Amino acid sequence: MENLVQTAMQNVNFAAIMPSLVLACFSMALLLINAFSRRGATAHVAGISLLALVVTGFSALSAWNNPQVGFAGHVVLDNYAVFFTFVFLISAALTVFMSDAYLKREGYPIGEFYSLILFSTVGAMIMASGTDLMTIFLGLEILSVSLYVLAGFFRGSKKSNEAGLKYFLLGAFSTGFLLYGMALIYGVTGTTNLVDIGSHFSLSPQSAMNPVAIAGMMLMATGFLFKIAIAPFHMWAPDVYEGSPTPITAFMSAGPKAAAFAALMRIFLVSLSSMQTTWETAFWVLAVLTMITGNFLALNQQNLKRMLAYSSIAHAGYAMVGLVAANAIGISGVLYYMLAYSFMNIGAFAVLVLIGKKGEENLTLDGIRGFGYKRPLLGVLLTICLFSLMGIPPSAGFSGKFFIFAGALNAGFVWLAILGVLNSAVSLYYYLRIMVAMYFKDPEEDFEWIKLTPGATICIVISVIAVLYMGILPSGIMSLARQALL
Amino acid sequence: MSEHLLSLMTFFPILGMLIVLMLPKNNGGLLKGATLVVTLITFAISFPLALDPVFKTSGAMHYKEFAEWIHVGNYFQMNYNIGVDGISLWLVMLTTFIMPIAVLSTWQAVTKNVKGYMALLLLLETAMLGAFISLDLFLFYIFWELMLIPMYFMIGIWGGANRIYAAVKFFIYTAVGSLLMLVAIIYIYYTAVNSGMDISGFSIADFYNLSLDLALQKWLFLAFALSFAIKVPMFPVHTWLADAHTEAPTAGSVILAAVMLKMGTYGYVRFAMPLFPEALAYYLPYLAGLAVIGIVYGALVAMMQKDVKKLVAYSSISHLGFVMLGIFALNTIGMSGAVLQMINHGISTGALFLIVGFIYERRHTRLISDFGGLSKQMPVYATIFMIVTLSSIGLPGTNGFVGEFMILLGAFQSELRWFAVVATSGVILAAVYMLWMFQRVMFGKLDNPKNQNLKDLSIRELCVIAPLLIFIFWIGVYPNTFLEKMNPAVDQLIEQVTGEKPQIVIPVAPAAVHGHAVQHDEVPVHGQHH
Repeated sequence: MENLVQTAMQNVNFAAIMPSLVLACFSMALLLINAFSRRGATAHVAGISLLALVVTGFSALSAWNNPQVGFAGHVVLDNYAVFFTFVFLISAALTVFMSDAYLKREGYPIGEFYSLILFSTVGAMIMASGTDLMTIFLGLEILSVSLYVLAGFFRGSKKSNEAGLKYFLLGAFSTGFLLYGMALIYGVTGTTNLVDIGSHFSLSPQSAMNPVAIAGMMLMATGFLFKIAIAPFHMWAPDVYEGSPTPITAFMSAGPKAAAFAALMRIFLVSLSSMQTTWETAFWVLAVLTMITGNFLALNQQNLKRMLAYSSIAHAGYAMVGLVAANAIGISGVLYYMLAYSFMNIGAFAVLVLIGKKGEENLTLDGIRGFGYKRPLLGVLLTICLFSLMGIPPSAGFSGKFFIFAGALNAGFVWLAILGVLNSAVSLYYYLRIMVAMYFKDPEEDFEWIKLTPGATICIVISVIAVLYMGILPSGIMSLARQALL
Repeated sequence: MSEHLLSLMTFFPILGMLIVLMLPKNNGGLLKGATLVVTLITFAISFPLALDPVFKTSGAMHYKEFAEWIHVGNYFQMNYNIGVDGISLWLVMLTTFIMPIAVLSTWQAVTKNVKGYMALLLLLETAMLGAFISLDLFLFYIFWELMLIPMYFMIGIWGGANRIYAAVKFFIYTAVGSLLMLVAIIYIYYTAVNSGMDISGFSIADFYNLSLDLALQKWLFLAFALSFAIKVPMFPVHTWLADAHTEAPTAGSVILAAVMLKMGTYGYVRFAMPLFPEALAYYLPYLAGLAVIGIVYGALVAMMQKDVKKLVAYSSISHLGFVMLGIFALNTIGMSGAVLQMINHGISTGALFLIVGFIYERRHTRLISDFGGLSKQMPVYATIFMIVTLSSIGLPGTNGFVGEFMILLGAFQSELRWFAVVATSGVILAAVYMLWMFQRVMFGKLDNPKNQNLKDLSIRELCVIAPLLIFIFWIGVYPNTFLEKMNPAVDQLIEQVTGEKPQIVIPVAPAAVHGHAVQHDEVPVHGQHH
């Protein structure tokens, strides 16, 4: 018995969960700090959150090129996990930067907001480093529960309530699918460890053709694709994105989406690679469907948050293209794109946060008429983010799409690449509509209410610099993404 | 200095843009002056290129620069790989030459957001120069797409009444074409990599040596050809042009016509044709057919226009059809004529847009029916307008004649003889629509009271247009200055495309034929190296 405990302790290896541990401790400490803080004072909480994210980043750094396996192979902190951890940390940090003034303006200066963001980041990190179906599920739940609360955070707002409830109900439903899929896979293979599942299927190819296994795979995919908002599992996304507090919308479309991608790719590339021919076709269709759905539904939106929500669906479709390619270029392209998308999307949302008045009724195409003239600098920054979302060089969005489509072409998916670029041609139209409103229409308002709060300004400037850097000199980050392959 | 001349020239406008952005925004004169100085310095930097005799003897790339840019393991390599030959040389010169003129043309026309306008002009100059000197397909694509952004805003912010539609249409048309080209670019790269070729990034020199099978070439060629055809624009993807031109501010129209349309024809010459010679041979009759349709169609539509600017825009379609026909002739005289005609069109149509701009600034209308009899009130204007009109028609002694004559001659000597026969009608139609328009605007009774107090051209306006007039006559009388530096590069290109050295053609100097002061021994002798 004692021996068992001893081996178990040896297997634990806290280094493998150090970043999550650090961040979780910080989040809980923040809860306590909140309890003893004056009501309405949140600036110091935001500051501590940023500190927590930085410290977590440093603790994750040591695992780069020095993979740590922990908990008897349930968790691994490899380059892949570290890369994604940084995507989550960066998107969380940018979100925290833009949140403080926003929460005050909207009348909800509540410190728990930040704890929840940190908790959801912990969940995302566990998802990216989980190497067992159970660990991944655990991470997903931590992430999701925090996000359900965050989506409905404005308890006085009907839209926010709707967002929270909708996300929760549908999310819970999709979790059911996911769990059922995991159970079926366990039933076929007798294990929940990703590597063991993989070797089981490659050792007995007939079990990979087993309908139960295929059903399990499909159900698991459904669970993750719901989180990523891949069509046809995207229905929740526009309402939830529109109703949630804007920083949370920005965060949800970057960090958690990347987390679901991280887990999905690890499961499908490590455990289910024997079934690649099956899921490849399914993902091919879904990628195209998602790009088309997202882009075409975005075309006619008036509300900017909703438009960016649909655009975010389309962007998930582009990333799927890299997963379909499933080669080194495509997958590292997805990693690169997740980071690029975090910067360009959160940067754009941060400008919207500044433009919005209380209640954000003015975040429509009509509401930002002539904005580019009245606030030229902010206008240019938003424009750069939008061009990056369009995929116009030299921007992070362009190089990201370039790598992904290059992966697809190298793997022989010519039509997928063509449909992909045609879709980004469609997307030009609605991004251009934002610019038309900003620059080509005469201003009706003075936009004097916009105050350049330091947090949001830092967030926007960092995002834009990163977008340009990743566009003009993509080699550095792409090399990191390449080393982060599974 | 000279080893980095191209980089300096290309990125100097961006540097200037940063300076302009720091100037106070209310001082329009200062902003315009600074921009003018930047474009003039850029022109000065580029000037040694035009004087360099090396282009007379060698058709290869010169002033080459090379640096590793993006390098991701063995996945990708993109290089900063630039250079000019006798073809891109003149397009580069045209760009640096037109830019100061475009800036001068804004002096009175642009009063709102001067700073933004000037910054965009300079950004556009860098993008255009970069596209002309890129020898790496990826680098070219970056500059090619970058060009869209400033032009989009120039049309959308400072354009006419229907500017939003025009700007969005311009952007989407050109972007759709280039996105498909991007797929083709990546595809070529991987074909080269997978064939085990030792390539240096997306270098076109390496891709020229790639032997692709015909079926693949056809697809790739179509992707490139569509993208460039939209930019030229060739019939039937020309519809964005009339909107963009009509709505764009004068400087925008001048740059669009003078330089950006050349990007499409240049794309054929530098990329689409030498990369996929067999596919070109397959599609040649169809493309030449579209070029000829463009010539006639553009001319017919131009004839029916009520708006002077639209007329000039449609005439561009017709003129660019000639350029395409000359390129497709695939012989030295046709191709040289086409390259020369690119320059000519830049000068003549640029001048026409300026002229339309002058009158629009005075009257705020461009409808032909609003004018009549202006020559009495504005004699200097009328004279200049006449010269430019004749140059556009292609009267002997002006630049337009040399270019069109060489193109038609080249086409007659090639397999495209019957296409040339139809195309010739375009010359006649050009005379019809231009002269008819000129007559209705300039002659007749000065019966519209609003026209009776019009002032003739100011000194500034004369300074804007005078350099263009000089070149109209220079090229018209002594095209050799330009042709002798162009021919080696054109010969080399033809060899690349057809696989055989160009035959010696009977030297014909169009101007000399018509008794101008050109000595026969100064005539361009093609294929001198034989």
